Amino acid sequence: MPRVVKSREEFEGEIFESLVLVEGKDLPLPAAGAEFTEIGHGRRRVDGTQRVTGRARYTQDIYLPGMLHVRVLRSPYPRARVRRIDTKKAEALPGVRGVLHRFNAPKAAFRGEETIFREEVRFVGEEVAAVAADDEQIAVEALGLIEVDYELLPHVVDLEEAIGDVAPRLESDGNVSEGATHKRGDVKRALKEADHVVEATYRTSTQLHNSLETHGAVAAWDGEQLTVYESTQHVFGVRQGLRLALRLPLAKIRVICDYMGGGFGSKGGVGKYSIIASLFAMRLGRPIRCVLTREEENVAAGNRSATLQHMRLAGKDGRITAIEHTSWANVGQGKWVANPTGPTNTLYDVSNLSSKSYKVVTNAGSLSAFRAPGYVEGTFALESAIDELAATMGVDPITLRRKHAGSPKDPMVGKRYSDKHLLECYRIGAAEIGWQRRRSGGTRGSAPHRRRGIGMATQIWGGGGGPPAYATVHVNSDGTAVLTTGTQDIGTGTRTVLAQICADELGFELEDVHVRLGDTDNPYGPISAGSLTVASVGPAVRIAARDAREQLLGAAAGVLETPKSELRLASGVVVTKGARTPLSEILSKVDNNTVIGKGGRHPNDPDLSLRTFGAHFVELEVDVRTGEITVEHVVAVHDIGRILNPTTARSQVEGGVLQALGFALSEERFVDRATGRVMNANLENYKVPTVKDVPAKITVKFVDRPDRRANNLGVKGLGEPPIIPTAAAIANAVANATGARVRHAPLTRARVLEALAIAGARS
Amino acid sequence: MLRGPGATDISLTVNGEAVTVQVAPRRTLLDTLRETLGLTGTKKVCDEGTCGACTVLIDGRPVYACMTLAVTCEGKGVETIEGLAKDGELHPVQRAFIDEDAFQCGFCTPGQIMSIVALLRGTAAPTEDDVRRAVSGNLCRCGAYPNIVAAGVSAGRRKR
Repeated sequence: MPRVVKSREEFEGEIFESLVLVEGKDLPLPAAGAEFTEIGHGRRRVDGTQRVTGRARYTQDIYLPGMLHVRVLRSPYPRARVRRIDTKKAEALPGVRGVLHRFNAPKAAFRGEETIFREEVRFVGEEVAAVAADDEQIAVEALGLIEVDYELLPHVVDLEEAIGDVAPRLESDGNVSEGATHKRGDVKRALKEADHVVEATYRTSTQLHNSLETHGAVAAWDGEQLTVYESTQHVFGVRQGLRLALRLPLAKIRVICDYMGGGFGSKGGVGKYSIIASLFAMRLGRPIRCVLTREEENVAAGNRSATLQHMRLAGKDGRITAIEHTSWANVGQGKWVANPTGPTNTLYDVSNLSSKSYKVVTNAGSLSAFRAPGYVEGTFALESAIDELAATMGVDPITLRRKHAGSPKDPMVGKRYSDKHLLECYRIGAAEIGWQRRRSGGTRGSAPHRRRGIGMATQIWGGGGGPPAYATVHVNSDGTAVLTTGTQDIGTGTRTVLAQICADELGFELEDVHVRLGDTDNPYGPISAGSLTVASVGPAVRIAARDAREQLLGAAAGVLETPKSELRLASGVVVTKGARTPLSEILSKVDNNTVIGKGGRHPNDPDLSLRTFGAHFVELEVDVRTGEITVEHVVAVHDIGRILNPTTARSQVEGGVLQALGFALSEERFVDRATGRVMNANLENYKVPTVKDVPAKITVKFVDRPDRRANNLGVKGLGEPPIIPTAAAIANAVANATGARVRHAPLTRARVLEALAIAGARS
Repeated sequence: MLRGPGATDISLTVNGEAVTVQVAPRRTLLDTLRETLGLTGTKKVCDEGTCGACTVLIDGRPVYACMTLAVTCEGKGVETIEGLAKDGELHPVQRAFIDEDAFQCGFCTPGQIMSIVALLRGTAAPTEDDVRRAVSGNLCRCGAYPNIVAAGVSAGRRKR
């Protein structure tokens, strides 16, 4: 019988309490020294063939018979009132089948508002109208024929301008509102009594996700059921969003995401494009495709907020005695704010601490979660400042960190960590990079005008996962199994590691386990975000597989007329003392059977704090004439519990490091203050790393010890940790190499040269 | 033959098969492959020649299909990701991509693979630098680059 239990989970730095439905008992952790056939072994991706042959079907690849194409008219102004829309000419264009806008669209709830077409549009790129037509070209032409009467209103797009007194007020209570705050000890007193105080301002620029598959949906309505194919990290979230927007019962909505081309946090729920596609589908009775262009992706599909952060750190007797951290983040038209002070609050056991995070609204595109939202920005400031304090105090940066990084207790919530090996990460990383070679003031580089330096920074993140997450395992009569769950594989290898867990627990060969996911007709799976997929879904899969195995052994006991306790399953074979019988042979004797194993994720221990830890070390050279940074070696060490698949885990870390490299060195959205336009909404001028930007060496290391208190597999998440500390490690290495402190990410050549000039003037 | 100014028939070879398609002069090879011929393995990412996801081979040369008008392909041989595997057997570059874990979301993968296939035809045993040059016009947002380079080098060592 299912029962309701209280659960407490962390998601992207916030703690949530909820009631969840669980059944039966959780499995114990596999015994120490247990032999695994799949878990812990490097395996090729189970969907590799689909992905390398072009057969993997992404949302963009769904073409349904009779499908119409939608294009969206977007506001050319950063803030304006839509007074009138004339669509007569557009509707007269042959091939145009429908136009939606604020005067004719039905109410559709979206992010707390009643409509997707607002009277006051608030950023360049906001949706004003949509056209459905026979092909995309006709839809584009029709957009040009729509006449809109805009009343222009004063706007502000820049973070620091929006905080100031002269900016237009976008909300009745102003542009700035308080997000999170945390206080412990007495910061004022610690600052007064300190031997050393470091005070500095850091900035991070807006980063654009640029998932290669843009946001998009294909919707089909058959009069009874709405089927939406969507490139999403959460099919159930999209279904819920459509339910609220369209007021349909859940049973009538099915959302499917088989393959998806990257999300990095930005595809967390329903989009206006999904609602527009659905509205047209229901109105016109034809399948509708609404897929964003690259430019639309870069103006209207989310971003990592730009931040302004003030840090004040106090040191005394070789220790950090206080941290004060204040952050302002430009959320555009977003309704929430990621918390850059999260790492400050939790990473170090510092007794006196005060942090505040402010949300600042502007007339720019909304933030959306971007791989470790807040933590990437906040860690850049925190870990840069720690190094600045260490330099002021004349102590080694790792020595200073070690004094505060070893605590077994979460300093913010006061609970014990389920497990923690941060000091081990420092030890491994320092050895790999050759920290003993690091000299204060750096060393000479490969040419007289090049300086060489080493730096490091620390990572903390959640990733403990939790309920709800469910899975079923169907075993067919030929001895193959189908694992079904509602989670998604956004490119992280979810299909592969879940198949490994399932095969291992069932006693099947990996190729006999087929994984079906990304479908709301499946048992519930959580959002593929917050580094929670494996730690949430994995334990449920293990229980489902165990359930199926027990049933199979029961069936085998009956067929073989042998006590169940004398049987075991290995590689799809039922093994008894004297004999080996293929499971398919046993099942073939029972006519047309289906064995179904069920599993659900059990709650976390509410008295523990589940976190992931890590550290990155960087060696680089700086060309002091041009300001160019050449990252030569990145060592990434992570403590995320048991590693299920070393191959895919390593790939994920390398990918995180490279995305971090973009944030650290080249990626930066530019918005023109006068017109509110994004000046580089394309892959030509917005610089994501290319193959030529890859450091000569990336070393990936894992502590690889099961977190025995986390869940029945001892696993935690890895999606976000590897993007968190890299930028600060780079800034710290640049400071080591040159004495110049760059406090604005990305560390472009111009910023490096400016910092070099300031450092030169000081010395 | 009188052509244009509207849609016109063109004949070309796609993955070894002769096809005739009717295309408007402004239609790209990418849209023709994806929408007219149903070959959706070639991806549309930027549609403006900046990312390489739509890389296909025209007469053996890698090109961006989004920057190529279909009407210019009359009489030419186009190869796409769908044409690489023969008789159910993967092309060595495809196998190398799986073995080296050279993709995550897989959206850039068809383009990366086509760029390396073109490289291998001229350079049987490429160095890491050769592979880097070959895929320098192919963006990967997941950051699979180190494994893509490894796959290119290892594919060069394999025999079909």
